[in-house]
Amino acid sequence: MLLAGGATALAAGTPESEFNPAGPVAALQLSYIELSFWIMAGIFIVVAGVLVFTVIRFRERRGQEKEVPPQVEGNTLLEIVWTIVPILLLAILGVVTVSGSFALADLAPPSKAVVVDVVGHQYWFAYQYTNLGVTTANELHIPVGEKIDLELQSADVMHAWWVPRLGGKIDSVPGRTNYMWIEASKPGIYTGQCAEFCGTGHADMRIVVDAQSPAQFNAWLNAMKHPASVPTSGLAKQGYTDFATAGCDACHSITGTNYTVGVIGPNLTGLANRPMIAGNILPNTPANLAAWLHNPPGVKPGALMPNLHLSPGKIKALVAYLESLK
Amino acid sequence: MAAISKPEAQPHVVEPYEAGKGLWSWLNVVDHKRIAHLYFMASGLFFLTGGSEALLMRIQLFHPNNHFVSAETFNQLFTMHGTTMIFLAVMPLFIAFFNAVVPLMIGARDVAYPRLNALSFWLFLAGGLFLNSSWFLGGAPDAGWFSYAPISTSLYNPGLGIDFYAIGLQIAGIGTLATGVNFLVTILNMRAPGMSLMRLPLFVWTVLVTSVLVILAFPALTVNLFFLMFDRIIGTQFFAVASGGQPLLWANLFWVFGHPEVYILVLPTFGIISEVVSTFSRKPLFGYSTMVLATVSIGFLSFMVWVHHMFTLGYGPWVNSIFALTTMMIAVPTGVKIFNWLATMWGGHIRFSVPMMWVVSFLVTFTIGGMSGVMLAMAPADLQFNDSYFVVAHFHYVMIGGSLFGILAGLYYWFPKITGRMLNETVGKVSFWLVNIGFNVTFFPMHFLGLIGMPRRIYTYAPGLGFTTWNEVATTGAFILGTGFAILVANVIVSLASGPKAVADPWDARTLEWGLPSPVAPYNFSHIPLVRGRDPLWVEKTHGDGRIPAAPGVHEHAPDGTVHMPQPTALPLLMAACITALGYALLYRNLYVAIVAGAVAVYTMHRSMFSPDPGEYMRIAPELETMALEGGAH
Repeated sequence: MLLAGGATALAAGTPESEFNPAGPVAALQLSYIELSFWIMAGIFIVVAGVLVFTVIRFRERRGQEKEVPPQVEGNTLLEIVWTIVPILLLAILGVVTVSGSFALADLAPPSKAVVVDVVGHQYWFAYQYTNLGVTTANELHIPVGEKIDLELQSADVMHAWWVPRLGGKIDSVPGRTNYMWIEASKPGIYTGQCAEFCGTGHADMRIVVDAQSPAQFNAWLNAMKHPASVPTSGLAKQGYTDFATAGCDACHSITGTNYTVGVIGPNLTGLANRPMIAGNILPNTPANLAAWLHNPPGVKPGALMPNLHLSPGKIKALVAYLESLK
Repeated sequence: MAAISKPEAQPHVVEPYEAGKGLWSWLNVVDHKRIAHLYFMASGLFFLTGGSEALLMRIQLFHPNNHFVSAETFNQLFTMHGTTMIFLAVMPLFIAFFNAVVPLMIGARDVAYPRLNALSFWLFLAGGLFLNSSWFLGGAPDAGWFSYAPISTSLYNPGLGIDFYAIGLQIAGIGTLATGVNFLVTILNMRAPGMSLMRLPLFVWTVLVTSVLVILAFPALTVNLFFLMFDRIIGTQFFAVASGGQPLLWANLFWVFGHPEVYILVLPTFGIISEVVSTFSRKPLFGYSTMVLATVSIGFLSFMVWVHHMFTLGYGPWVNSIFALTTMMIAVPTGVKIFNWLATMWGGHIRFSVPMMWVVSFLVTFTIGGMSGVMLAMAPADLQFNDSYFVVAHFHYVMIGGSLFGILAGLYYWFPKITGRMLNETVGKVSFWLVNIGFNVTFFPMHFLGLIGMPRRIYTYAPGLGFTTWNEVATTGAFILGTGFAILVANVIVSLASGPKAVADPWDARTLEWGLPSPVAPYNFSHIPLVRGRDPLWVEKTHGDGRIPAAPGVHEHAPDGTVHMPQPTALPLLMAACITALGYALLYRNLYVAIVAGAVAVYTMHRSMFSPDPGEYMRIAPELETMALEGGAH
């Protein structure tokens, strides 16, 4: 028990700990975890206690080897009691399970809520704000204090979007749309990762959620709709042109440019504002971005972005361009 | 053997000591006890393979961003570890016990279908070797032991790995299905006079229910694997989303099999625990009728809970609630069993030989696994737990702390009966403590890892998330656990060669097999026994002369002093070889070899089914009987 308590106290402080819920979904789930744990712990203490007592009290003593203890065959009353009591305890858990299942399925009405289409890809998540006209990837911005409806889909295999401090996961199943809601109570950065095995890059498919005040969220939306995407001078301008000649626009789109056909790779609008790159496995620095462009599968095993064998000069220009996308 | 087989010529009488000499006798074996030896050896080897795969993974996970193995290799390791441990280690270890013990416990000379029994073993071995040959033939399967579509379809998984998985499990699966049929018929049809169903040892009840589960659950897996094979080999579209195929079809069919499968993997352990706890407490199993009812209930309910593996697949609150409730229901008979085992110990005279030590640790670790199981059953909470290390902790507590600890109790308990030698107690106790300490140090922290956000099936993790320390603890525990197992295996090997010879009844036990010499004669019983109550040997010890009486009026259809036994044959081995060849032919898309192999397999099947087994007459050896009832409590 002591070990469990100590470990739990330590665990509450880790960045993705379910013991530190940041919203009502995670809080409800934690309350169920705690309720079931304590009921189960109670049963365990009884079982372990009886076991320890039995092992000591009824151990065969020296001299008893030839004796036979009373050959008791059973006791109907005991059987009834230790069937009914667990049923009652489980009934408690059953009631809250049913009510909780319905609460977690109670999405906000879509006309009034922020609705995000979360599409799993090998190995990154795309986010489309369906009634707000914004498309992005890898970093999800949400306003605090309101239900966010997530519509979960997949472009290829099964994935699962999991940010433990905000709530559990529902899988992205190709060919269907699944639904869940999340809500952040306080502003902050919340992280997680894909939780349904999806291939070589599964471990490197990570999630960043930026929960912001409504004002900041609207500012972000605005910046995403009117980004500074076309530089006018310098290496960044060279990179803007290289984006097409290197073939990047075949897979990637950027709002505010003519690069609008590429949908199989992440949308790069506002890339410079994102804290991480490559499915959130590397900090967003020029050096890391250059290493990524140099050889994506070398950096992230299984990455479907090919190694285009770009020259160092081209990489420099592209990095300058991408780091200008605010 | 209801019909009398006509011998083809003047029968010669086989000496019981001659049966089973030489390598060839192992290849044309039909004797259930020798088949049990084969199952023990093969599953032991596969267990070590699966364990090595685990240790490699634990090394990789010791540090964040480690590069001990690549992501691709890691994915193959976790897939093969799970597939091997479930299909090639734990399940066959149970089948080894079914073979070693069930006919003896019910007073029979063999199982109902000895040739089919041999075929089951050869198919298990062939399937296991086929699956593991993937390591050397281009790569092992890498989509997990439940191989979800569409990551397992050829669109996302070209290459042969998943074909090895699908075909290999089909080969082994035929064997398992046959075992289920064999033991169901054996237990229903071949009980000695007086052995009514409510006098069956509880282990036999668990084998009976497990056999029913196998027969009802394996076809779902078979169908699913056929769908996958057809998609990958001939281009059907069962799981191809672009053509209207359904990944959820795979998931549902898999778990309709997969959930009963985990009860197949735990019910026999409940049976073993019941036998050992009763013997070593010197009392009958408490609440026998309730235990039978609980076993049957668990078997029945096991088909009603499969969606609890799929709470995150988006079926919604109605479906999730129903299956959460059924899952909680199945905890009730399971808990009842634990209480009855405790009540069996209560008021007894408990001897803590190694088998009983495993029972006590089982009671702790299986209860912990049951606790985490109930926590997982709460569907809203499971949305956090699913696909995290919390689930990994849960199933290792029930699979190792449950299934395997029961197997180890059974191993120490029945080793004398099966081999004629005793396992070393001291070495047994050392490995007991190492395994228990190593097991808990490895898997208890995984509960925390899941609760702080570590998903399953990741080859590495980022620093700074709090995962590192617990992973280091778990890896350390894994090596302690491995050491404990290594010592256990060494105990088995050394004891087989030079352990002290065992008497017939070293534990002063209660069931029929302990009234026979150790090891048992090839024909099991010199006379078909008469069963006069539950715990039949105990009845004879307390109300008779301690010897198993012969059932009167049993006509042996054999010359005096002999018994009619099945004749050894290599047909099962040949059939298994053909089916394996067919498997490789499908794998390499070679139609000609497939047709030839299939034709020979069909021919051997025809021969097996329609050529009568003339049997052979085996001499009953009276010199073995004098040993029969020496010894009481050790």
